[in-house]
Amino acid sequence: MTEERLDVEMTVNGVPRGARVPARRLLSDFLRHDLGLTGTHVGCEHGVCGCCTVLLDGEPVRSCLMFAVGAAGHAVTTVEGLAAPGGSPSPVQRAFAECHALQCGFCTPGFLCTVTALLRDRPRPTDDEVMAGISGNLCRCTGYQNIVKAVHRASELMAEAE
Amino acid sequence: MTTKLFGEPIPRREDPRLVTGRGRFLDDLGGRALAAAFVRSPHAHARVVDIDVAGALDVEGLVAVYTWDDLGGRVGEPLPLLIPHPALTHGRTGYPLARDVVRHVGEPVAMVVATDRYLAEDAADRILVGYEPLPPVVGIEAAAAADHLVHEDVPGNAGARLVQEVPGPDGLSAPAAIERAPHRLEFRLAIERSASMPLEGRGVYARWDADDESLRVYSSTQTSTSVRMAIAAKLDLPPAKVEVIAPDVGGGFGVKIVHPWPEEILVPWAARLLGREVKWTEDRREHFTSSAHERGQVHFVRVGFDDEGRILGLDVRFLHDHGAYTPYGIIVPIITSTQLLGPYKVGAYRVEFTSLYTNTVQVTPYRGAGRPQGVFCMERTMDRVAVHLGRDRTLVRAANLIQPGDFPYDQGLTFQDGRPLIYDSGDYPELLRMVKELIGWDDFGKAQTEAAVRGRRLGLGLACYVEGTGVGPYEGGHVEVDSSGRVHVSTGLTSQGQGHQTVFAQIAAAELGVPIEDIRVTTGDTRRFRYAVGTFASRAAVLSGNAIALACRALRDKALRIAADALEADPRDLEIEDGIVRIRGNPAASIPLRTVAVLSNPLRYAFDEEAARATQFAVGGSTDQPPVAEGEQPGLEGTQYYSPVRSTFAAGAHAAIVETDPDTAEVRVLRYAVVHDCGRLINPRIVEGQIHGGVAQGIGGALYERLIYDEHGQLLNASFMDFLMPYATEIPAIETAHLETPSPLNPLGVKGAGEAGVIPVSAVIAAAIEDAEGIRIEEMPISPDDLFRLRERARRAAGESSGAEAGEARPV
Repeated sequence: MTEERLDVEMTVNGVPRGARVPARRLLSDFLRHDLGLTGTHVGCEHGVCGCCTVLLDGEPVRSCLMFAVGAAGHAVTTVEGLAAPGGSPSPVQRAFAECHALQCGFCTPGFLCTVTALLRDRPRPTDDEVMAGISGNLCRCTGYQNIVKAVHRASELMAEAE
Repeated sequence: MTTKLFGEPIPRREDPRLVTGRGRFLDDLGGRALAAAFVRSPHAHARVVDIDVAGALDVEGLVAVYTWDDLGGRVGEPLPLLIPHPALTHGRTGYPLARDVVRHVGEPVAMVVATDRYLAEDAADRILVGYEPLPPVVGIEAAAAADHLVHEDVPGNAGARLVQEVPGPDGLSAPAAIERAPHRLEFRLAIERSASMPLEGRGVYARWDADDESLRVYSSTQTSTSVRMAIAAKLDLPPAKVEVIAPDVGGGFGVKIVHPWPEEILVPWAARLLGREVKWTEDRREHFTSSAHERGQVHFVRVGFDDEGRILGLDVRFLHDHGAYTPYGIIVPIITSTQLLGPYKVGAYRVEFTSLYTNTVQVTPYRGAGRPQGVFCMERTMDRVAVHLGRDRTLVRAANLIQPGDFPYDQGLTFQDGRPLIYDSGDYPELLRMVKELIGWDDFGKAQTEAAVRGRRLGLGLACYVEGTGVGPYEGGHVEVDSSGRVHVSTGLTSQGQGHQTVFAQIAAAELGVPIEDIRVTTGDTRRFRYAVGTFASRAAVLSGNAIALACRALRDKALRIAADALEADPRDLEIEDGIVRIRGNPAASIPLRTVAVLSNPLRYAFDEEAARATQFAVGGSTDQPPVAEGEQPGLEGTQYYSPVRSTFAAGAHAAIVETDPDTAEVRVLRYAVVHDCGRLINPRIVEGQIHGGVAQGIGGALYERLIYDEHGQLLNASFMDFLMPYATEIPAIETAHLETPSPLNPLGVKGAGEAGVIPVSAVIAAAIEDAEGIRIEEMPISPDDLFRLRERARRAAGESSGAEAGEARPV
């Protein structure tokens, strides 16, 4: 039994990347194990926890629910690609640290990607919009209160930067 | 300035890595390792008849398949029973791979190793295991009935039975005190199973170095030192040849204190056998069916009390479901039976539990560890007494509280550490007063009535608890200042998000007088610290915090001795600030700690200019004395241990306002208030975070989370689709206030904070729903379905027609 392998190429964090993988390779495993971008975490492998959320052409997706071949030719942003090119953390990353919005840090990359897209679309979100925006990501440590605070804080930081 | 770091809400030093994807969790390591996967039992109880691996052999990339028959020596023996207890007369543990009988769905039967995880799972799928099903035992009451047995040599399915009794002040036993009491009540209270459910599951990655005959193992564990000893023993290796490292761990909450897991033995064993790196990362379904659960208990309470609500006698019998095996002994029911008393004096007390085997996943501590059940019993009892007497619920509690002048207060019981249950300090009346104020207890009646006029049902609940934290036996701390002035702090216990790299650095900075930027903290790495117990029971700040403080104090004394020599001053006149030793009042006379570190290590050979200052022709001093003074050791470093005589007791009070939907029976938590006393706060922001997270898990356990087994022992909701952990939308903003009564037992005056948030939540929410609905709440968690059925039952009991207004349900 030899499994067919396919060349899969995509732009990851602005850089063209590729690997030869089986058709069933999940995007999450492709990013983590084939490209070595282990910042994207896998918490359930059935699309509920949101730890593996990445941005596919700017939109949050569950990388554990997609095959790598399905992302071929697209642009993927992972937590490693959220910081500015010089390496300084993004407003969302800074706000999460500032507001103690993480404890173990396992769910954090998924939240950061989700919130990055949320604030791009809604730079000054209401409480309800924040709640709706993060309601697809599980966190077992923080009780979410400081995550909500961090989203608002990130919004402030982005406004200050403008 | 640095000395003020203790107690400051500084940002966490872990976060810059974790927010940029530079965390290193177990599965982020070992990219080239072989992958292990497991064949697990689909039956709750069955005899393994045969295992046919032929179908797996032509899977590309297959390296090895192992069953119990392949395990030699101690690897093939049952896993250790970690905490023996005389009352655990029938302790049983499983084998790393099932030998003859499987006793729960998910028990490992065979291990496959292949070049990647996909292929390992392909091969695992092709292994055919023949089973002869045996009758499963599911549910606590079925276990007690013992129509069938989980272990054929354990009669009545009873692993343990333990009684503790404390007579009242008049010498009466609890049953006698209850008989003589003016008022008596008797009722049943139950809590269902839940689980720690960290978002990162378990995982093990092992490298065998054949040249050095040594093993390095990474495990997502709460106790790397103990995993190391267990692996060394099982694999018959000298401990010095085994190192275990807990990398970043994605949450633990109790489940990862259990060890060695089958996988923690088998993966290193296979790595040595194959001479290859091997890794196993648990998937979510495996975590549901192959790790551990907690909480399932049924309690029968009898209480006798006077007209004021003072409890004269309390008699609690309960049944604990410990699942298929007892690797962690009977710690959970011991904690329930002792911490049940909370902040109260109850006159005479008798508690008896029976710990029962069932064909379900084993039960080991989950954050709170038996306390949520105990507090549920005590606080529901307080509410029952209040309702019976028609008195305010807080007055009944106040009538029973231990007073500030009563400390140390001996409850007369033996706690989970084998030591007497003696509370060290606290101010429980003040906690009660503060939480009443925070939630607005006295004004709530008005709000409730006004809401009722508009057809809304609001309810208020409250619960108090005491939590034994910082249990022994010990932890240690090692501190070293290197010749660049960097301070390296290490401790053996592990971290799972508690911010140890921050709080331990705060302690060290304050104790040593060095900038926090110069401090690096390492936890859970046996290469750096070998003697430790682990992270559980809200003990890290108490045990390792104090050990690190003591190590810093000893190091500071040594630094001052050396600096005094160099400065020709009296050590008593010296101080350390910002990493520089100075003569008090004479800032010109100073020497940096990095230079003290150089001088502390008399050298023959220089490796840089700084080191040259310590070489034999550079140092002055007496030629009559040895270069290393008697009683001293080279190097500016040292290790100290902190071993408490007994636990220190944190406490708190929570209150919540809930709203129940008259139609859908949904429960919404409108407000949640926490008053918490964990002694001196090292970092208030981190303590608050612990409380938030604990309350969220508590709300999950009160309203959403349960593990549902069918009569065949199949776990029906083994996924995040069906096991309902709360999202942000289910958790209210949590209002907090702190009281600080320092512990007199340890140098820092701290108490643990990790578990507090979760402990009273089911009791609080049950009380609030009861207050809103006027229906007695005796089982948790409670779903809208459950509440709807309770309403129906109350209606029928009240003799009303099914179409009657639900709002007319009677007070209890």
